[in-house]
Amino acid sequence: MASDKVLLDYGSGGRASQRLISDLFVKHFSNPELERLNDAAMLSPGARISMSTDSFTVDPIFFPGGNIGSLAVHGTVNDVAMIGAVPKYLTCAYIIEEGFAMDDLEKIVSAMGEAVRGAGVAIVTGDTKVVPKGCVDKIFINTTGVGEIITDQIPAGDRASKGDAVLISGTMGDHGLTILGTREGLSLESNVKSDSACLSHLLVRLIKEIPEIHVFRDPTRGGLATTLNEITSASNVCCELEESAIPVRPEVAGGCSFLGLDPLYLANEGKFICILPDEYAEKALEIMRSDDLGKDACRIGTITDANPGKVVLKTPLGGKRLINMLEGEQLPRIC
Amino acid sequence: MKILEQFSNPDLCRKLLQTLRDEIDGELRFMEVCGTHTVAIFRSGLHSVLPEELVHLSGPGCPVCVTHESEVNAFLDLASRDNVILATFGDLMKVPGQNGNCLKNAQADGANVKVIYSPFDALKIAAENPDQTVVFIGVGFETTAPTIAATIKMAKSQGLKNFKVLSFHKVVPPALDILINDPETRIDGFLLPGHVSTVIGIHPYDFICEKYKKPAVVTGFDPVDILQALLMMVRDRNKQNLTVENQYQRGVSENGNPKAVEIMEEVFSVSDALWRGLGLIPGSGLEISQAYESFDAKKMFGIEIKECPPLPGCKCGEVLKGKRRPDKCPLFAKACTPASPVGPCMVSTEGSCAAYFKYKVD
Repeated sequence: MASDKVLLDYGSGGRASQRLISDLFVKHFSNPELERLNDAAMLSPGARISMSTDSFTVDPIFFPGGNIGSLAVHGTVNDVAMIGAVPKYLTCAYIIEEGFAMDDLEKIVSAMGEAVRGAGVAIVTGDTKVVPKGCVDKIFINTTGVGEIITDQIPAGDRASKGDAVLISGTMGDHGLTILGTREGLSLESNVKSDSACLSHLLVRLIKEIPEIHVFRDPTRGGLATTLNEITSASNVCCELEESAIPVRPEVAGGCSFLGLDPLYLANEGKFICILPDEYAEKALEIMRSDDLGKDACRIGTITDANPGKVVLKTPLGGKRLINMLEGEQLPRIC
Repeated sequence: MKILEQFSNPDLCRKLLQTLRDEIDGELRFMEVCGTHTVAIFRSGLHSVLPEELVHLSGPGCPVCVTHESEVNAFLDLASRDNVILATFGDLMKVPGQNGNCLKNAQADGANVKVIYSPFDALKIAAENPDQTVVFIGVGFETTAPTIAATIKMAKSQGLKNFKVLSFHKVVPPALDILINDPETRIDGFLLPGHVSTVIGIHPYDFICEKYKKPAVVTGFDPVDILQALLMMVRDRNKQNLTVENQYQRGVSENGNPKAVEIMEEVFSVSDALWRGLGLIPGSGLEISQAYESFDAKKMFGIEIKECPPLPGCKCGEVLKGKRRPDKCPLFAKACTPASPVGPCMVSTEGSCAAYFKYKVD
């Protein structure tokens, strides 16, 4: 571990988080399913079950495009679906700070209810704790999701293969920039909003209609760059990307440029990466684009064996550069 | 928007690259002074396609990187004091001090450190915390100094007594004068920082052409800007009457921004300053002027900046003088990585070691 203290970096979703997971949690909780480090685990208590859990501590709790309640549903439902499962059930646990406004709580719970109905899942059990003022920052929500796996070809981070096409379902960085902009009270373009959404219906359609999908991943914390690095590392392959093909909204690109941030490292909550054999790429794009959540889907690159474990970006002027894993949090620069 | 996009136009870049290849007539060792240029050269992939004759040296234009070890020790010391809130831009959070400590660790130990996006945010924090002293760490060049000067003026007009600035500001031209005289660096020409010239204009660099007969081009930050500036430099090299060229005319006027210079000169006065790797450079710093001394954190806390030894093994000083390529440092990507940086060039988003680590493919 690089530091003898828990720093904010360890929760950023990048390399520091990865070290915390591998050097501490996986070390002490060791088991084969956990060590796969996929978004959800495959369980076998009779039926094949996908399961995932996540805790949501977003600041601010209300943001353009959603709130902590809808996010807590979308985040876990999406993770459950990423290994080829239909999400079925959720648990939810609330930790609420004493004095939290009841009106705000109802807004959050209502948004959560709407999100579960949209996702076609049921919240079947839950827990609520109220802690003294100052012991938690307003409200934290944990959700655990369970789904039924519907394919024998389980998409997984270690299955990317040479020649595979790398697809992305839409624009990068919308959620991350929205959260950062709202948190800091920055006057960004008014139409920047979180992409928080339930992806499971579209993922299930792809699983049913495409014969073979190697990887599904949602590029949440750490963004596209970190997620692709996790995949290339697990699969020991190289991901070669075309910079000009990666969709980023102009207002997000502008906001990032202003703040010295890279949209490829910003979180997304309604997008997924799909890596599959080249022959199925067009069909998959067709399906993705027929859904509102995948209307901007496109191919951004190819899996090769050139630089195993690395993500290499080809720039529009023909140069190449590495896309490394995020180290800690992105911090705005001085000038 | 469409006009600005032309500055990244791949076709235009390819044409400029070909012209550059056709016209370059020997080795040209150029230094891009500004860290934003360093990152732009890597991010755009230019580094991997430039002609081999162009030897690329990164300069002392990353404000975090040139912040001297003793200045880092000073703000780390302030962070440990009671009733002090340190306000800083994010870049400084991970810069290691003498014992490997940094603001991020200090924060985890309980220091009150706030990352802010504008120095004006520090005024708000001061107004909300009247029982504490809010110290803004003023690091940076002529680009940021006027805004911080304006913040100090605003604090005065608001009567804020608990707002102070720890001014470690530096000005660029004197550092280039030192570098150009260094025989080990052997600089043939400078890509000058466009952001700095938006404030000071182009004339403070006249000495590079007049005294040293070397090309100097004020440059923007898109690939077309950089390629065009390199071409101008190649063409300028053999000229008899050289003058500083302004490639970045869309952002920089010849005389810069006199209003910004005026406010900077009102609040700050020129002083000597310590630079990491370069040592004490006369007339290269900005300290808070007498008229605004009640906002000077150095005076309030009795901080004296004294030279201290460099971090053991760290070659950042040589890197930012263009004497050593980052990947030729024995610590690079081994003992020194972005996760556990030994020196600031690996920490800063504009640091050349971080750029090599982050972007260089082979």
